[in-house]
Amino acid sequence: MIGDTLLLQVAAVTDIAPGLRHLRLVAADGGKLPPAAAGAHVQFVLEGAARTWRNAYSLVSRPGARDAWEIIVRRVPASRGGSAFIHEQLEVGDRLLAGWPGNLFAPVRIARHHLMIAGGIGITPFLSYLAEFGFTGAGHALHVCCRESEKDVFAPWLGSSPAVAFHWDADGHRLDIPALLASQPAGTHLYVCGPAAMNDEVMAAAAVAGWPASHVHCEHFGSALFGGEAFRAFLVRSGIELEVAEDESLLDAIERAGVAAPCLCRGGACGVCVTPLLEGEAEHRDHFLSADERAAGRLIMPCVSRARAGRLVLDL
Amino acid sequence: MSIAFKPEETFRGDYSYRNSDAAILRFPFPFPEDKYMYSVNIEPHVRSGPSDVFIRPFDVDEHYIAECRDRAITLERDPGRCQVLPHMMLAQWDTLELLMENLSADYPEHFSLTKEGDDFGSRWTWTNRPLGIEQSFIFGDAATLPCEPFEYITRQAQGDFAICDQRDDNLYMDAGMVTSQADWSLEFDVGMSFMEWHGPVPLAHQTGVFERALKYLLMLRLGQPVRRLNWTMTINPRLDTSPESFPEWGTDRASVTPDNAGSKVHLRVELQTLWRLPRSNAILFPIRCYLASLDDLARVPKWGARLHRVLSSLPPQLVEYKGLTRYLPAALAWLSRHDDGAELPIGTEAGVDTLT
Repeated sequence: MIGDTLLLQVAAVTDIAPGLRHLRLVAADGGKLPPAAAGAHVQFVLEGAARTWRNAYSLVSRPGARDAWEIIVRRVPASRGGSAFIHEQLEVGDRLLAGWPGNLFAPVRIARHHLMIAGGIGITPFLSYLAEFGFTGAGHALHVCCRESEKDVFAPWLGSSPAVAFHWDADGHRLDIPALLASQPAGTHLYVCGPAAMNDEVMAAAAVAGWPASHVHCEHFGSALFGGEAFRAFLVRSGIELEVAEDESLLDAIERAGVAAPCLCRGGACGVCVTPLLEGEAEHRDHFLSADERAAGRLIMPCVSRARAGRLVLDL
Repeated sequence: MSIAFKPEETFRGDYSYRNSDAAILRFPFPFPEDKYMYSVNIEPHVRSGPSDVFIRPFDVDEHYIAECRDRAITLERDPGRCQVLPHMMLAQWDTLELLMENLSADYPEHFSLTKEGDDFGSRWTWTNRPLGIEQSFIFGDAATLPCEPFEYITRQAQGDFAICDQRDDNLYMDAGMVTSQADWSLEFDVGMSFMEWHGPVPLAHQTGVFERALKYLLMLRLGQPVRRLNWTMTINPRLDTSPESFPEWGTDRASVTPDNAGSKVHLRVELQTLWRLPRSNAILFPIRCYLASLDDLARVPKWGARLHRVLSSLPPQLVEYKGLTRYLPAALAWLSRHDDGAELPIGTEAGVDTLT
């Protein structure tokens, strides 16, 4: 089980509600997919006519499934365009590249009880949680805040679990978050995934109620730092001008230009790729350079770090 | 790929363990330069490297049967060498699947795995020909195996294994099968966090090695395992150099002389790999141990000379931490006969195809 990208094929497309599209994806070569865990997400490369998007979606397929992955995508009017591409252009039989599953939102398995709060499409990571808890027997409850019209959309993934409750914006149906958080058994872990305002409200309520930070978890894809704004770099010793695209690292671009830069971990930890920075301001994303070294601004780790502004000039 | 196993060799008592010439030539010699110091020497665990022990993700060699038997002896005497905390059951199945899939794919002559499905609840049949095992079981149902899945599969694998649960931006050593360790105790470390179990290591904390390593490991990705080599020295080819059994091997350190160091003193290299596990999101940490005597190593001229230089220049704190103090002078006296002082090429490769 070694690899980093997979070629997938769309096996089925189903509109389960207005603006909600369910996709079933299989390995394009007919082989098996790597298994994924509860809470896992996959980053998909969406090749539009004019540009490419890299969007991450939670897998709603059962944990460990290797025959197919499933995702549910809400069309976001104000999105960068990836969800619109999925809704308008992606068809059965289309092929797309995807990364191997990542997981920044795994359940904490020492929990005595799992309390999940979902807002809208934020229910998706919890669909795989429910499958795992159903298998392991771990105690759990899921509270879903959504439009009343959408409360039955997810029924195929929920079964008839008594541990799932729906809430919507009408008298008698709103979720009383402080009351819910005040009535949990000791050892409960809280997970929240929804719009930023709801996440913030739940996190704040948990802090007020005295929940330890170690027992409160919020899903945020944005912390998977990869890529960013495109920028230019110049390698002085090689005499090469580089264009670093928004979806590649500086190290990728250096290698693409045929320059063999030293590197090892490619994750900002080992320090092997550290390179003298002659001009320009770096956005440091590594775990290696000290605060003093960052402040001095004379070194950069091209495997993860990028330009904050303007062009970077490297002694390479 | 056919392996000529040596089922009768021993790692205790008469210590009949020996390396074939081929095993010496593929030894993962860990010193690319004449000096050694800690670093975050982590790199992707790809199917290539300076030794062919790197070609397969889980290396099986001529010592496989004997090592599995030695593990069984140690477990019989001290069952606490295998411990799994209750919340690690998914990680147990992840480990079993990873090992069975890799071993059967890379060594089809020796191992095979037949599945009626990939999901929990599917019937799987595992065949281990070197150990004469055929086992049908339900993936996901521990009651269908003779013991829990992690113990079951790691009894059939070379090297030690730890599983680190990831939570609260930290790693916790919440499971392990540890019978061939370089003087650390699973019984003591089980449940500890990353900084706690690395607490005793000298010098490296001050340079921030562990902070960087932890941050890196927290981001370890499924499908992209990484590896590093670590090393120490062991007197006699003994796998079980644990604190629990110290009375049985500790005094061996006083038995080394400049004349017997060649056969007594062994370089002990650990090929440590780290794997993100798919269902549990835990990290599997296999520690695969390779032993070669100074006699073995000196048959590769570059290695004999380089080992002499590395050990001569080792910081005193590392000499103490690795437990070399008592016999290092004798080992150096022996090795000095194999070092002519000529410059050695950078790199760990043997540089020869046949042994002198």
